[in-house]
Amino acid sequence: MTGQANAGRPNQLLRNLHAKIASIPMILTAVVIFLGGTLWTVFYSFTNSKLLPRLSFVGLDQYERLWAAPRWLVSIQNLAIYGVFSLIFSLVIGFLLAALMDQKIRFENTFRTIFLYPFALSFIVTGLVWQWILNPEFGIQSVVRSLGWSTFTFDPLYNPNIVIYGILIAALWQGTGLVMCLMLAGLRGIDEDIWKAARVDGIPMWKTYLFIIIPMMRAVFITTLVIIASGIVRVYDLVVAQTSGGPGISSEVPAKYVYDYMFQAQNLGQGFAASTMMLITVAIIIVPWAYLEFGGRKRG
Amino acid sequence: MKLRLLAAALAATVVLPLGIANAADLEVTHWWTSGGEAAAVAELAKAFDATGNHWVDGAIAGSGGTARPIMVSRITGGDPMGATQFNHGRQAEELVQAGLMRDLTDVATKENWKGIIKPASLLDSCTIDGKIYCAPVNIHSWQWLWLSNAAFKTAGVDVPKNWDEFVAAAPALEKAGIVPLAVGGQPWQANGAFGVLMIAIGGKDVYQKVFSDKDAEAAAGPEMVKVFKAADDARRLSKGTNVQDWNQATNLVITGKAGGQIMGDWAQGEFQLAGQKAGTDYTCLPGLGVNEIISTGGDAFYFPLLKDEEKSKAQEVLASTLLNPATQVAFNLKKGSLPVRGDVDLAAANDCMKKGLDILAKGNVIVSTDQLLSADSQKQMEDLFSEFFATPTMTPEDAQKRFVDIIAAAD
Amino acid sequence: MAEVVTLNNPSAKVSSATKPVAGPRGKKPRPLLSPRNIMIYGALLFAAAYYLLPLYVMVVTSLKGMPEIRLGNIFSPPLEITFEPWVKAWATACTGLNCDGLSRGFWNSVRITIPSTVISIAIASINGYALANWRFKGADLFFTILIVGAFIPYQVMIYPIVIVLREMGLYGSLTGLIIVHTIFGMPILTLLFRNYFTALPEELFKAARVDGAGFWTIYFKIMLPMSLPIFVVAMILQVTGIWNDFLFGVVFTRPEYYPMTVQLNNIVNSVQGVKEYNVNMAATILTGAVPLIVYFVSGRLFVRGIAAGAVKG
Repeated sequence: MTGQANAGRPNQLLRNLHAKIASIPMILTAVVIFLGGTLWTVFYSFTNSKLLPRLSFVGLDQYERLWAAPRWLVSIQNLAIYGVFSLIFSLVIGFLLAALMDQKIRFENTFRTIFLYPFALSFIVTGLVWQWILNPEFGIQSVVRSLGWSTFTFDPLYNPNIVIYGILIAALWQGTGLVMCLMLAGLRGIDEDIWKAARVDGIPMWKTYLFIIIPMMRAVFITTLVIIASGIVRVYDLVVAQTSGGPGISSEVPAKYVYDYMFQAQNLGQGFAASTMMLITVAIIIVPWAYLEFGGRKRG
Repeated sequence: MKLRLLAAALAATVVLPLGIANAADLEVTHWWTSGGEAAAVAELAKAFDATGNHWVDGAIAGSGGTARPIMVSRITGGDPMGATQFNHGRQAEELVQAGLMRDLTDVATKENWKGIIKPASLLDSCTIDGKIYCAPVNIHSWQWLWLSNAAFKTAGVDVPKNWDEFVAAAPALEKAGIVPLAVGGQPWQANGAFGVLMIAIGGKDVYQKVFSDKDAEAAAGPEMVKVFKAADDARRLSKGTNVQDWNQATNLVITGKAGGQIMGDWAQGEFQLAGQKAGTDYTCLPGLGVNEIISTGGDAFYFPLLKDEEKSKAQEVLASTLLNPATQVAFNLKKGSLPVRGDVDLAAANDCMKKGLDILAKGNVIVSTDQLLSADSQKQMEDLFSEFFATPTMTPEDAQKRFVDIIAAAD
Repeated sequence: MAEVVTLNNPSAKVSSATKPVAGPRGKKPRPLLSPRNIMIYGALLFAAAYYLLPLYVMVVTSLKGMPEIRLGNIFSPPLEITFEPWVKAWATACTGLNCDGLSRGFWNSVRITIPSTVISIAIASINGYALANWRFKGADLFFTILIVGAFIPYQVMIYPIVIVLREMGLYGSLTGLIIVHTIFGMPILTLLFRNYFTALPEELFKAARVDGAGFWTIYFKIMLPMSLPIFVVAMILQVTGIWNDFLFGVVFTRPEYYPMTVQLNNIVNSVQGVKEYNVNMAATILTGAVPLIVYFVSGRLFVRGIAAGAVKG
């Protein structure tokens, strides 16, 4: 008990000493790895580093080249479309499934595992399987056509205009199970008495969810949001596995641009410039929000 | 130097009582993991093990993006492997400049690599500041058009003998429901196909000017307009391929669903595995049957600088084993590539491989783009051509304009 | 101390809920065929069908021979069932010159996954607990940096981390890899725990403080037993992430520690040569089997965390 919050000592350093000691790994990770690594990356984005980082500065050249590259512009546009749809559908589907699972159903464990299993499988092969299912020659299109509807067309992976939605289908299949689990954990954290009270008051179930339960699950929604959003920003493997960014460059995404230029093109400077742009965008959105969200309410 | 020798001698005396002198385990990383490739690597390992050392295999599938960061991290992280594969060319340049790689000049001089390695450009790209840093092991060339004899039979036309005949025969193929030219969706395939068209249609001089001298004017010139015209044809003919991997595209040719494919000599392995015979089941046209020239890219082994004297010795042994005539023959027959030595006998080679050997012997070779262009410029070209091949609305003129920009900025 | 006794109730509930029927409470489920149930089960079954379709394709493909796969219909059941692809994927598929399939890296994967999962969850849950209940000056700043860090593409961090590990003398060791997994799991996991602990009724914490319980006592006696569902979610995240990790496993260790995913990558990702789709599918399902078992077994801990009476008692 010594040296803790309310021990009555004025010394600021010793306040919450246990919490501070316990947080050392976090502080080191945040400062050394994430902050340090980020600054390092930003720093080297002003150089023309190729295979190895080296200090030959070229000013903003890498950024000028980045914003002139058609592939980068396509990547950003794709990320925007993919991001918005992925966010909405993941949350809605994930929550609906969790709400269904929370109805004291039988075989809950089985259903949960079914919704979650795609999360355990390697991207390379899930990409391949969806590539098959969406392939016009032997996937869904050919099955529907063989049922008699001969003009049915469904070839998202081979149509540059809609290819990103083809990737979305596989992404939702892969990721919604986890969202469901998070939501379910949130629902399970809600006091049973609230349900009882709502039932006594005769509030319909959908209203209870919408106006009582969801606001109570704010914290879980925020966690989920960050998990989904960080997954969206970093989306890479699935695109590689399903389309390699094709047809042409129509399903390219920013993270793939970063990796390709860092390691295939051996142009670290260009890759770092692209990842700096990604990070700045993320930081602009997250930092003010995080400040409001995490800095506001104090307790303890 | 003396101290080193002394240390080596000491180390040797320590090991001697155990039995074998200069024997060491050497970890070798590479990305050869498919059946034929693994069989080829096994030949190298066998030859190396025969010297009393031991080859510890460190295979990692997937070149470029997957294997390279691992290899580079291991070397810069201070825990290097004994030897590692790279495409020879400019991939390891900086590791050498950073002083992390081992100088092989002694071995090379002793064994007269300069005299035996053909073409000389292979050794040139291993040479930095007059010192030799890698051992080339094979030659792969890109400039091949693979044709399905069955597909042309179905369409009722003769198997073409060159690119122009191929383009002329395309409508007949299309009528028979066959995709004339299979081009897989991965970006490097479109880029490779363009490079091949460039040599075949544009010729050797233009290729040299554009890729070796980075001459933007030549890239904008009338010869290149023709090349882009041909690329436009290729794009039209490749419509409906709908596959990703190059070997899936090759498979379309094997099964007669596609008329042909522009792909490197590694495609040959696919035909062999499918039990097809060159000449009767499929036809190969080096240089698209127009300009019989092949490029000489390939693979090479690099040796990180090690502290361990025993292992350093073993590195020398491995380097000389890789270029040993017997190893060269055994390895390249399995790999389907051409040996780097002009003085070995490849009687067991098949027809297409023999065509390649002939061209090589005649000296109709050019240096591959791997050696001429940085990986960065190549990646930019991949982006451009994969977009071009997938976007029918992009005009050849627009593509050429962007191509000129890339060449002008190339290093 | 009466406080602590009531607070222990949730854990008592956990053990009672591990009975075969996975209902959250001991109550009897309603009659199976009420209209409400038909809707619920109908929706669940429909969703399950969508999730299972690709698995069906994978299993069916893995049981076919290559000639049959080349015929093309991915949905048709195998004409002739063969288990050879499974045997090959597990025991004989080659990685370069080593032809012992996925089995080669299996124990390495176990050796990497268990300590990495346990350590990363332990550290992150304590972080989350400290952030939720024992806030100190500057904590929010570090936490915000951590959250932004969750958005950094992993590959970008490879070179800086190689340098850090090299300077610490941990490059190439198992310890180094465990640290890397702990670092990259930290942002999301810390957020997960912080938000979960924040959402717990504050009265619980305050009551324990009044009773004189300290940092660690409250963590182990109150927070831990009340947070099983979130620990399960964290475990799902980490086991999956670490088990399926390929990049860190090969970049930061030496070959004797290479995880199973190296073999999976080599089986699935071989660029040249004929793709053996059946072996690929079998290898993927086999590699996924461990996380799947974890999902299924740990799923039983998905009980209601907060006991209704805990606060009032």
